[in-house]
Amino acid sequence: MDDFYRDFILDHYRNPRNQGHLDAPSASAEDLNPLCGDRIRMELDVRDGVIRDVRFSGQGCAISQASASMLTESIKGMRLEDAAKLSKDIVLENVGIGISPTRMKCAMLGLRVLKSAAIGEIAGWPDEE
Amino acid sequence: MIAFDEQTAQRVIADFPILARPTSRGKRLVYLDSAATSQKPNAVIDALDTYYREYNANIHRGVYEIAARATDEFEAARAKVARFINAQPQEIIWTRNATEAINLVAYSWGAHNLHAGDVILTTEIEHHSNLVPWQVLAERTGATLRFIPVDGRGELILDDIDRLLEGVKLLAITHVSNTLGTITPLERILPKARAAGATILVDGAQGAPHLPVDVRALDVDFYAFSGHKMLAPTGIGVLYGKRALLEAMPPFLAGGDMIRKVGYERTSFNDLPWKFEAGTSNIADAIGFGVAVEYLEALGMDWVRAHERDLLSYAFERLAPLEARGLAIYGPKDPARSSGVISFNFADIHAHDMASILDTEGICIRAGHHCTMPLMDKMGWSATARASFYVYNTAADVDALVEGLEKAARVFKL
Repeated sequence: MDDFYRDFILDHYRNPRNQGHLDAPSASAEDLNPLCGDRIRMELDVRDGVIRDVRFSGQGCAISQASASMLTESIKGMRLEDAAKLSKDIVLENVGIGISPTRMKCAMLGLRVLKSAAIGEIAGWPDEE
Repeated sequence: MIAFDEQTAQRVIADFPILARPTSRGKRLVYLDSAATSQKPNAVIDALDTYYREYNANIHRGVYEIAARATDEFEAARAKVARFINAQPQEIIWTRNATEAINLVAYSWGAHNLHAGDVILTTEIEHHSNLVPWQVLAERTGATLRFIPVDGRGELILDDIDRLLEGVKLLAITHVSNTLGTITPLERILPKARAAGATILVDGAQGAPHLPVDVRALDVDFYAFSGHKMLAPTGIGVLYGKRALLEAMPPFLAGGDMIRKVGYERTSFNDLPWKFEAGTSNIADAIGFGVAVEYLEALGMDWVRAHERDLLSYAFERLAPLEARGLAIYGPKDPARSSGVISFNFADIHAHDMASILDTEGICIRAGHHCTMPLMDKMGWSATARASFYVYNTAADVDALVEGLEKAARVFKL
């Protein structure tokens, strides 16, 4: 697990991309992992069914925050309906290394919140689908 | 330099088989999460094994030999736990854990003694187990909650205690903070609460395992604690209650074993303590609890307390150099006022990442809100890492923790 914390992960943790808020998001969602208190909010600017812009905010461990940061980079320009169907694989590909079962929820929180925003209701845990 | 009783410590370690088992990475197990649950000595594990292999039978009313033995051992365990806190056996109610013990008081005593407008006084450092039951009770009865505040070092602010105690019907207070290790100054608060006419409940989940406890000297009405945090199995806890109070209280759960005479319409209830023990009890684990307190008594609770003070002193000494590099230690940094818990964060390493990195070195700590979310919110901490000590920890475990923190600093390129 200690080899998870490679330079680009720490960089996303310390310098998160697309962090903050949109003036008038067309879709948003927020959730927390009650086990550890990690919290993430995602705000989307969707036009013509395409995610034009995204911001995230929240607090938590390096795994949850870096995963969310990388996810925001992956989804810009993606069709909303495709974002709604994303699986855990996108997160696993972004981090590029195995995540221990005890920390899987940390990694998946951002994706769960994104999917919740995309479908307009609370999505399930991507790692349980 | 701190003078450890290393000889006794090594003998204690040998009694805990799990500590001899390396982790899957081949590391020595460095168990620093006893505030969550303690490890179990051979004596306790063997007691469970012996019960199931030699005399497993239901207690009370059995006329055959092994049922009589089970009953004797079960009640002997109650007497041992009673002696451990200077109570009478009739005042020891077996529960699943401290949480259930507190709920028993909330439902049985609370529902019949608290009314709209009554005040429950508690503190800002309580575990959810000594907060949520009172919130639920207040909601149901119309009573209100009041809080003894905590300062930035994690100590209770008693400046206004006289005013806070005015008109209080129940004081529900922890003996030791599970998040910060703060030992609450019961000797200053309880006499005032008594004078104010309050009924007193102490959450001893972190007290009974670590400090000598004398419920008569403390003059508490109720004292709740869990076996699993003090070398006993999970699933067994205790509510101590003063006999007169328990006798006046209605049963909590109804069913078998808690009755005297049952008719189709009406039932009369059993004597103490069985009035509160409906259904078949957790026989094996109660017997294990008796063995656990015997183990602690053989060590001596004064030794336990002194050992943890030594460990805390040594840990504070070893950790001090890291503070310049961003280590923040929360709670009272005075071993005389703290009980075996160090809550911390290190620079911008999140507590969960810290716990994951330490895990790779075989070091077990807890990370998160420690079931004290209001306290965390008030202090402005989203999560803390917590290392907690018990009888089987030594200076080598503190050294391992410090080396683990150094590794975390390297991983995070601090």
